[in-house]
Amino acid sequence: MNVIKRYLQSFLLFELLQGLMVTGRHLFARKITVQYPEECTPLSPRFRGLHALRRYPNGEERCIACKLCEAICPALAITIESQERADGTRRTTLYDIDLFKCIYCGFCEESCPVDAIVETRFFEFHFENRGENIITKQQLLTVGDKFEKQIAADRAADARYR
Amino acid sequence: MTTKPQPKTAEPPPSDLIAIEINGRSMQARKGSMVIQVADAAGIYIPRFCYHHKLSIVANCRMCLVEIERAPKPMPACATPVAAGMKVFTHSEAARYSQKAVMEFLLINHPLDCPICDQGGECPLQDLALGYGKDVSRYAENKRVVADLDIGPLIATDMTRCIHCTRCVRFGQEIAGIMELGATGRGEHMEIGTFIERSVSSELSGNVIDLCPVGALTSKPFRFTARAWELISHDAVSPHDCVGSNLNVQVRGRRVMRVLPRENEAINECWLSDRDRYSYEAVNSDERLQVPMIRINDRWTEVDWSTALEFAASGLARVIDQHGADQLGALAAPGSTLEEFYLLQKLMRSLGSGNVDHRLRQVDFSDDDVAPVYPWLGQSIADLENLEAVLLVGSYLRKDQPILGHRVRKAQLQGAQVMAINPVDYDFTYKLAHAVITNPLEMVKSLARVAKALSARKPGILAQKPEWFSALEPNPAERAIAEVLAGKDRSGVLLGNYAASHPQAAVIRVLAELVAEAADATLGQLAEGNGVGGWLGGCVPHRGPAGTAALSGRTTQAMIDEPRRGFVVLGAEPELDCLDGAGARRAMEAAEFVVMLAVFKPSSATTRALEYADVLLPLAPFTETEGTFVNCEGRAQSFANATRPLGEARPGWKILRVLGNHLGQSGFDYVSIDDVRAELDRGQIAPSGRLKHRALAQRLSGERPALARITEVPLYAVDSCVRRAPGLQRTTDNPPPPVRMNARQIEALGLDDAQQVTVRAGEGEATLPLLVDPRVPDGCVWVPGGYPQTFALAPHGATSVIKAAGA
Repeated sequence: MNVIKRYLQSFLLFELLQGLMVTGRHLFARKITVQYPEECTPLSPRFRGLHALRRYPNGEERCIACKLCEAICPALAITIESQERADGTRRTTLYDIDLFKCIYCGFCEESCPVDAIVETRFFEFHFENRGENIITKQQLLTVGDKFEKQIAADRAADARYR
Repeated sequence: MTTKPQPKTAEPPPSDLIAIEINGRSMQARKGSMVIQVADAAGIYIPRFCYHHKLSIVANCRMCLVEIERAPKPMPACATPVAAGMKVFTHSEAARYSQKAVMEFLLINHPLDCPICDQGGECPLQDLALGYGKDVSRYAENKRVVADLDIGPLIATDMTRCIHCTRCVRFGQEIAGIMELGATGRGEHMEIGTFIERSVSSELSGNVIDLCPVGALTSKPFRFTARAWELISHDAVSPHDCVGSNLNVQVRGRRVMRVLPRENEAINECWLSDRDRYSYEAVNSDERLQVPMIRINDRWTEVDWSTALEFAASGLARVIDQHGADQLGALAAPGSTLEEFYLLQKLMRSLGSGNVDHRLRQVDFSDDDVAPVYPWLGQSIADLENLEAVLLVGSYLRKDQPILGHRVRKAQLQGAQVMAINPVDYDFTYKLAHAVITNPLEMVKSLARVAKALSARKPGILAQKPEWFSALEPNPAERAIAEVLAGKDRSGVLLGNYAASHPQAAVIRVLAELVAEAADATLGQLAEGNGVGGWLGGCVPHRGPAGTAALSGRTTQAMIDEPRRGFVVLGAEPELDCLDGAGARRAMEAAEFVVMLAVFKPSSATTRALEYADVLLPLAPFTETEGTFVNCEGRAQSFANATRPLGEARPGWKILRVLGNHLGQSGFDYVSIDDVRAELDRGQIAPSGRLKHRALAQRLSGERPALARITEVPLYAVDSCVRRAPGLQRTTDNPPPPVRMNARQIEALGLDDAQQVTVRAGEGEATLPLLVDPRVPDGCVWVPGGYPQTFALAPHGATSVIKAAGA
């Protein structure tokens, strides 16, 4: 009996139609493929991308050279040198992050007492020359200036969980 | 750290011991000791801020509250003496409750600025807040803010952070001897300050930084540059005075970031002089010589080591070929290491010249051949504080050897009488029992009169030199000095830096020895820097290493007076490091070939080295070389380098070793510094402080000039390193060199309205500001040495002062 049943199913292309039904269902379902780079996947406010150094609204850099991020960095990617600035405040004279060493764990951001070093949503960066992987304080501040609105919004969104 | 347990002293007799119990552990405690001391000795930690084992007990932070059985309230462990059968609980619930309550009060006004505080990471308050603090403060009111003070170039203040432990105040009163910081106000209004705006000028002031348990007092040169956790500590020894203070040189990468004291009860206890603490700044200075340089046709070129050494060797060989080896001379800075001294003299002597000396600030060498193996303190440094009478001769002990000054002050606090025969009425931190302040020549006579006053006790002492004493009649002060010295069981005579540079230093030494002999006192001689190492290493013209016989030669003064044709200068700046700077410059300029091993590039503002030197070899300073310093008690302390030498600089022993090879001398094939040390067996040397009495060909009195110059080198001008430490140079101890005279003398010279005066001494002349200083005796003018402004002046003898032209 089973033999006949199987024979009929094959002969009437039942399995084929069954398979095509799956295809057909997906043909009309909502598409999830993202056309990167024209389209982006949604990112969490906690996304850990390229680093940035933030400023206060009055333009003063936040970083106070406490060196906690340097101390906690498990990959030893951060190098800081500090000095007293002319106005008597404690400031960095050098703030380098080696993006090759960085493992994007976000500990620097966690340790920062003034929310100066942050990891932004920006992850589409590349280097063309040797040495460009080390980004300097000025570059970090520039990234911060560029994404400040998004950075602030992300921190605000996550604030209640922190 | 400030929380180290107190070192155990000698075992007390059993009758002095009582049994107590701490945290259920029974232990023996000495009667009268405090609970915290017993706990520290047993390794039980009780939190504390105001208690420090070297300072008095005030019990004002209350952090050390502990529970004591049958006591109604918690008791401060630092101020509660042990009693028989006492049961103490340091971590019971009640004790922890009290400790936490105290911490909450301490944190009420303490700012939450740990991230920008230099103390962060090494802060007792931060550490203890982790264990005893609450997560959230209940204090919602305004915090107290206190204005910061400017207390000089060495100490930065953030007075809002102060928790009023008063360690700094007690340090000033009890250790430094001048109360510069004090507390005003009560309760919340209490503030630590200097009363009136002024800088802290103690030569030990940097220690308050170590004492401060919070970030209220921090180091200014170190400010904001590094964190405690980034620094790697290396053991080192200070080269700046004959104490050999133990240092922790803290390094980040290859840069020396700061220097802290390393505790050594036998030498510096837990203290450090500012000079030792801040001289590291020079090691990082831009003035460091980093590449070997040679001068050809008056043009300086940077070359590699082999070219420079070849050039140096051929130049020295040329001098020997043309004029003979005796025309070579070598001068070494007193701060060089024992190994450098040894190799320098070995090199010179193997070349055939005994002209080698490190005593650059000495002018009288007439007792060289009867001198002891090395001049020493006559006792251990720790023994100084057991003296009952101290006679300082030509010594500003407080500033010249601050750590020894502190030991003598400790003796004075225990009742010792400190006396002085000095050319200037120096500011000591204690009252001198008796003092003779007189002109340099009279100082010698005064010491002779003290000897005469003592001769009643031991008439034999005058027999050595009856003609010296026949016409002398001691004055009351000298009689009193003699009486005190003879009357005390433990007394000591200390010859200071000025006595060593005195034109009749040899006579002073003999007289001091007679005085010491008659009074049964110890005799101590204080050398500059690693001077003892210089003697032991054989870097003296009359003896080889460890006092052995060797090819003899000329002293510093003889090399200046009869200039040599070739010179090797080890680490010294001849103009500033030699007492007779003008003479040193003349000698160098007269030489045909000068090899300088220098830590710093010669600056044309202070020296003409760029004109007279032919080769400059970059030398590694004390943080970058390995070596040995021998302190005044004869303690040899070897150390390794804290960092690698900057640029192309090399340790002195390596430079001298290769120079020996280049000059074709055998016995210079050392592989490591241990080979040098093995060759220089210093194990056999026992210190001997005695001169052998012998008729010295010197007259007791010389012609006294109408106006005599007093030359002493202030503490922040002693060596090339200190002279380049910006923090030290800005202190009040280091003003631009003035001319100091007392008001009578100024009036006698008709200089009442003069601001600037011109001083002439020898062939030199200098125009300097005039200061009225009642501490200077009549007939004297006090002009410091060791400065570019004053080196041209002859160090001793007749001096004239006139109003500066145009002033």
